[in-house]
Amino acid sequence: MADRIAAAFAGHGRRAALMPYLMGGYPNLPTSHAVAEACADAGADLVELGVPFSDPLADGPTIHAAASEALAAGTTVDDVLGVCEGVAARLAVLLMVYANTILAGGAEAFVGRAASAGAAGLIVPDLPHDEAAELRAACDSRGLALVPLVAPTTAADRLAAIGQDARGFVYTVSLTGTTGERGELPAELSSLVEQVRAAAAPTPVAVGFGIATPEQARGVGEIADGVIVGSRVVRAAGDGGAAAVRELVGELGRALEG
Amino acid sequence: MTGPVASAPGLDRRFGAYGGRYVPETLIPALDELEGAWAEARGDGGFAQELAALLRDYAGRPTPLYRARRLSEAAGRTVYLKREDLLHSGAHKLNNALGQALLAKRMGKERVIAETGAGQHGVATATACALLGLECVVYMGSEDMRRQRPNVERMGLLGAEVAPVEAGARTLKEAVSEAIRDWVTNAAGTHYVIGSAVGPAPYPALVRDLQRVIGDEARAQILAAEGRLPDRVIACVGGGSNAIGTFVAFAADADVELVGVEAAGEGIDSGRHSAPLSTGARGVLHGSLSAVMQDSDGQIVEAHSVSAGLDYPGSGPEHAHLRDSGRARYVAVTDDEAVAAFRRLCRLEGIVPALEPSHAVAWLLGAGVDAAAGRGPVTANGSEADPGGGDHHPSGGGLDLLTLSGRGDKDLAEVLELG
Repeated sequence: MADRIAAAFAGHGRRAALMPYLMGGYPNLPTSHAVAEACADAGADLVELGVPFSDPLADGPTIHAAASEALAAGTTVDDVLGVCEGVAARLAVLLMVYANTILAGGAEAFVGRAASAGAAGLIVPDLPHDEAAELRAACDSRGLALVPLVAPTTAADRLAAIGQDARGFVYTVSLTGTTGERGELPAELSSLVEQVRAAAAPTPVAVGFGIATPEQARGVGEIADGVIVGSRVVRAAGDGGAAAVRELVGELGRALEG
Repeated sequence: MTGPVASAPGLDRRFGAYGGRYVPETLIPALDELEGAWAEARGDGGFAQELAALLRDYAGRPTPLYRARRLSEAAGRTVYLKREDLLHSGAHKLNNALGQALLAKRMGKERVIAETGAGQHGVATATACALLGLECVVYMGSEDMRRQRPNVERMGLLGAEVAPVEAGARTLKEAVSEAIRDWVTNAAGTHYVIGSAVGPAPYPALVRDLQRVIGDEARAQILAAEGRLPDRVIACVGGGSNAIGTFVAFAADADVELVGVEAAGEGIDSGRHSAPLSTGARGVLHGSLSAVMQDSDGQIVEAHSVSAGLDYPGSGPEHAHLRDSGRARYVAVTDDEAVAAFRRLCRLEGIVPALEPSHAVAWLLGAGVDAAAGRGPVTANGSEADPGGGDHHPSGGGLDLLTLSGRGDKDLAEVLELG
C-alpha cells in the first residue's frame, strides 16, 4: 500500500503531485464520500483524509470548525474509515489522524483497521519523531507509511534523523503556525525545502499549510514533489460540496501543469 | 528558607509510562529551549535567590501552616491547613507564575501567554507580568469568564489582555488548546506559562519544581509544630499542581499517605464529573500521556465541576504514575459535598476557601467515594466508580496536613447563586 505513494509521486506527469485534504464527515458523511470521489475525478494524485478529533492542536479555525461540526453530527472513526475504503481503489489515501485516536484502542489495532480500509499511510500531527517508533513499526508491519512532519523550526540534526526514518514522503510544514489559508507563504520556503530534500533523499518532499490559491500551488510545485491544499478545500466542501471541490481541485491541478 | 529550586529532583520527560511530548513538530525546539533554560536556571544560585526573594518579599512566603482547631474537632483528627490562600493574588498559582515569568525574562522572551480556568492562574500570570514588565495575553473560555467575572476584571487592571475562547464548552480545556495554538505560531518571542503540572515535557516537571515550595515549607513546619510527619497529606487535584507540589516533599516518607481529591461533579455515575484519575483511560491531551476522560473513539469528553479550576478532563502525568505505583491514592467528591464543605469551613474557621480545595476539605470531613478502592489502575473507558464512602476514614487521633490552595472570594457569586 505504501508503494502506491511512491507510484503517485512518480507518475503524476506534472510539476508536482497534488494532494487535497478533506475532513471525514464534513459537511456531512454522504457529502464527504462525494468530496473524496470529486478529488479523484478532478485528478488528485493522493488524498489526505482528516479524522475529526475533539482537540486538534495543529489546526487553525477552518479545519478545527469542520472537525467540531463532523463530531457534533456523530461522525465516528469507522465512518471515516468507510470514506477511505470507498475511494482507496482510485487513489492513495493518507489518514491525517491525531495521536489519541490511535492510542485509544492501541497502535496495532488502529493500523490494522486502517490497512483493512485500504489506507496507504498515516500522518499524525502531534506525534513527533521521538514518540513515533512504536507506531512506525506497527505501520511497517502492515505495509502502511508513517509520514513524518518537519517544520521551519526543525534543526538540521533532527531533520537528518527524521529524513532517515521517513516513509512515503516528508510532510514539510511551510510556516510556523497552524493550518489555514495565507495570503503569502514564507520567503524562506524554497531553502527549507532544499534542506528537507537533502536530508530525506530519495524520499519525496511535499509541502502543506497555508497553500490556498492556484498561483501558490504552482509556486510550491516548482520547488517540491507534492503540494497539499487543506483549509481551502475544506472551505469549498463546506460552501459548495463535491461540485465546488471538483472545480477547485481541477483548477489546482491545471496550475501544476506545464 | 530553602529556595524552591535548589533541591528539585530530575527534569523528567516521563513518569513511568506517562508524560512525553505529543505536540506538533514546530514546538519541539521551543520545548528543548525551555528544558535547557530551566535546567540551567535551577542550577544557578543567582536565579534561585532572586526567585526566593520575590516569593518572600513580594508574594508573602512562607505561608503559615495553621492548626485548625474547630475543623479538627469536626474531623475527629488533628488537621493543619497549609495556607496558600494567604499568598499574594489569592492562590498557590503565583509560585509557578512568578518562577516562569522570571524564566521567560531570562530567556529573553518579551511576551507571555497563559490559559486560565477559574482565573487564578490568569491573575497570577498577569500579576507576575506586571511586576516584571512583560506583555501578557490570557486565554479564557467565555463560560469561565461568566463564572469568574471578578478575576477577568482583575486581569484587566493588571494590564493583561484576556482573549475569550468560544470553542467547545468554552472552559479550561479549550483555553489550553488556544494557548498552545498561539505558541505554535509565536514561540520565538513568546513564553507559554502553563498553569498546572500538565502539558508536554518539561512542563509537568517545571511546574512541580516551582510548586514544591509548598511541600518543602509544610514539611518543615509540621515537624517544627508536632515533632513528627503527618499521617496523611491531602490536596485537591485538577491538573494537579498544588497537589504535586505538596506531595513531592513527602514522596520519600513512606509512612505518609498521599491523597488527591478530584471533582466528582454531579456524581461519578452521572458521567458529569472531572475525575480522570478515578475513571479515565490512558490518553493524550495537551501534549502529554496521562489519565484522560475520553470515549471509545479517543475523543476527549467535556469535564464538569462546580469549580472552574478543577473543570478539566485530564490530569498531570506524574499523578497518573503515582496512582499506578500506588504511592498516592485518588478519591472524588461531588459538587454538593464541596459546596457544603465550603460553607462549613467559613463557619468553623472564619476562612473562605476556594471551591477547589473545598473538595479536599469535604473528603476530610467524610464525603466522597474512593473510586479506585479494591482494584488496580483503571485501564478501561467509562465510569467504574463504586460509591461506598465510610471505609476511607481511619478514626482516632491521626494527624493530617491539607493544602488550602486558594481563597474563595472569586467563588462567592457562584456559591450564593446555588442558594
